[in-house]
Amino acid sequence: MNQAPNRSSVSLRGVEIAYGPVRVLDRLDLEVAQSEFLVLLGPSGCGKSTLLNAIAGLTEVDSGEIWIGGRNVTWEEPKDRGIAMVFQSYALYPRMSVRKNMSFGLEVSGMKRPDVQRRVTEAAAILQITELLDRKPSELSGGQRQRVAIGRALVRDAGVFLFDEPLSNLDAQLRAELRTEIKRLHARLGATMIFVTHDQIEALTLADRIAVMRDRRIQQLGTPHDVYMRPANKFVATFVGSPAMSFLSGHITEGRVFETSTLRLDLSGYAFTAPPSVGMPVDLGIRPEHVVLAPGEAAAIPARVELVEPMGSDLLAWTRIGEAALTVRLSAETPVAPGDILPLMFSTRRLNLFDAQGERL
Amino acid sequence: MVAAAKRLRIGSRLPAQIALAPALLIALVLYCGTTSWTVWISLTSSRMLPNSVFVGLRQYDVLANNDRWLASIANIATFGALFMTAALTIGFLLAAMIDQKVRAESLLRSVFLYPFSMSFIVTGLAWRWMLDPTLGFEKLLHDIGFADAHFDWIVRPDRVIYTLVIASVWHAAGLVMAIMLAGLRGVDREIWNAARVDGLPTWRIFVFIIIPMMRGSFATACVLLATSVVKLYDLSVAMTNGGPGIASEVPAKFVMDYLFERGNLALATAAATTMLITVVVVVAPWYHWQGRKARMAGIA
Repeated sequence: MNQAPNRSSVSLRGVEIAYGPVRVLDRLDLEVAQSEFLVLLGPSGCGKSTLLNAIAGLTEVDSGEIWIGGRNVTWEEPKDRGIAMVFQSYALYPRMSVRKNMSFGLEVSGMKRPDVQRRVTEAAAILQITELLDRKPSELSGGQRQRVAIGRALVRDAGVFLFDEPLSNLDAQLRAELRTEIKRLHARLGATMIFVTHDQIEALTLADRIAVMRDRRIQQLGTPHDVYMRPANKFVATFVGSPAMSFLSGHITEGRVFETSTLRLDLSGYAFTAPPSVGMPVDLGIRPEHVVLAPGEAAAIPARVELVEPMGSDLLAWTRIGEAALTVRLSAETPVAPGDILPLMFSTRRLNLFDAQGERL
Repeated sequence: MVAAAKRLRIGSRLPAQIALAPALLIALVLYCGTTSWTVWISLTSSRMLPNSVFVGLRQYDVLANNDRWLASIANIATFGALFMTAALTIGFLLAAMIDQKVRAESLLRSVFLYPFSMSFIVTGLAWRWMLDPTLGFEKLLHDIGFADAHFDWIVRPDRVIYTLVIASVWHAAGLVMAIMLAGLRGVDREIWNAARVDGLPTWRIFVFIIIPMMRGSFATACVLLATSVVKLYDLSVAMTNGGPGIASEVPAKFVMDYLFERGNLALATAAATTMLITVVVVVAPWYHWQGRKARMAGIA
């Protein structure tokens, strides 16, 4: 808003949380820079919401420290942490008008009436909900309710915005619309934002960095491009990207060649993180759009088409090489039908190799 | 085809109609029938036995000048106001307390709900003994050394109605707690979290956010408590038998006494009719308002 932008970094140091004997977060370290948009992505039960609640101060940590804006807030109340939060179920106060929903917290904190009014008016203008200010939440649509909830967070003028799956309850079109709006809001305010979701599209479109979580741990922390193109392990590779990455199981032979019962692939262009040993079993991951049709190419691998799904802008061919399944994204005009044999080639640079433990090679 | 479908529909409805007929008959004959008979008797000069000598509103005139009836009305008003306020407040506080993830939740729930499983007669007797100055609390206080302690409300005409309130609140608070607890559990956890992030103190969260969300629970509890106020009879009989003097008389007891002990059917039915009209006058606007709200919700 008008005053100097309020931006805080967030830093988690060795945070652990357990509910009784059930551990929800293992010693977790995370640095979120000022003005960064960080997305916590993972399946339900991975601990991402718990982590967000811990940052908000709604869940107590068992050990470790939480720093916000250079201050140790581990034992502070949510209201003193300089955060604002938006919830999945909107969590609006149902008997209060939109205006009251946005102003109530400020009024209780002792802020002067004109200041409260000014902030509410400004936030409402940013979110285009000015004409809704005197309505009750029950008279609003889901998208409008979530705008109001964002407005309530906005007036707090916090350094960090926390979003707990804010778009999950909306239908697909509204979700996309509000997603863009949140991204625009981030660009405008420059505030630090931490956004929890299980939707990889939201993560890829919104994030400066994504933290992919599973089983109480961060599996990979990186830019959307990194996470998509160089997944740290097989879980991340499968979870991010739609349709999912296909895997071919085989092993490494002499001269860095990937071999299965039906194909041989020269890996000399692949950037190994560690030198592979001969004979080790590996999984080769291939994204659907990293496969190209190579008619007339001698080295092309033949794949039998089982099913074709036109997607409008392009089409997906579900094929098999021997027994292994491989999904291929082709341009919408490609003449292809079930039963066809497609000559395919892979760009070695874009392949992903995982060892038997599922870690990237 | 159409005819067959129609026959089928009637055919499928018939058993349901037959099954409902006895209930409908009972409702008509017992409720409407006896109610109209009561109203009719209140307009006659019946004494021990019903007769058909129409005397107009004379019994209501008598009733309006009957000290005992007037005392009953005043008592039930005091009792109703205090009992409903106290039962709702204490019930809600118990529920709010139990909702704080306390350890022995199910045990506490049972303990608080337990009094409700006892009849008013038992409740009345138990409290009669506990409040008796020569047996109960006062004697206990004397025995442990507080020689000046006084708690003789049950034998004081100006205080005895409060003892009825104490006993019935003890009886009903657990039920209110159960209703309120269900209401509290229905409040989304995220509302609490949002309020905490907003920095609202707990009492403000309750007063301005949670309680307004629990209108349904409060309405349910109010209706149940209000019916027990109107019906209040056995507690008064068991605890004080309307005394000392007529200090704890209540309308239902007035009706019963005049029906069976004093043999004045007409006056008793006039009192009963007055009670009925009062309840209708109170309930009808509320009923109308609920109906309108339901219709509006239907449109929206």
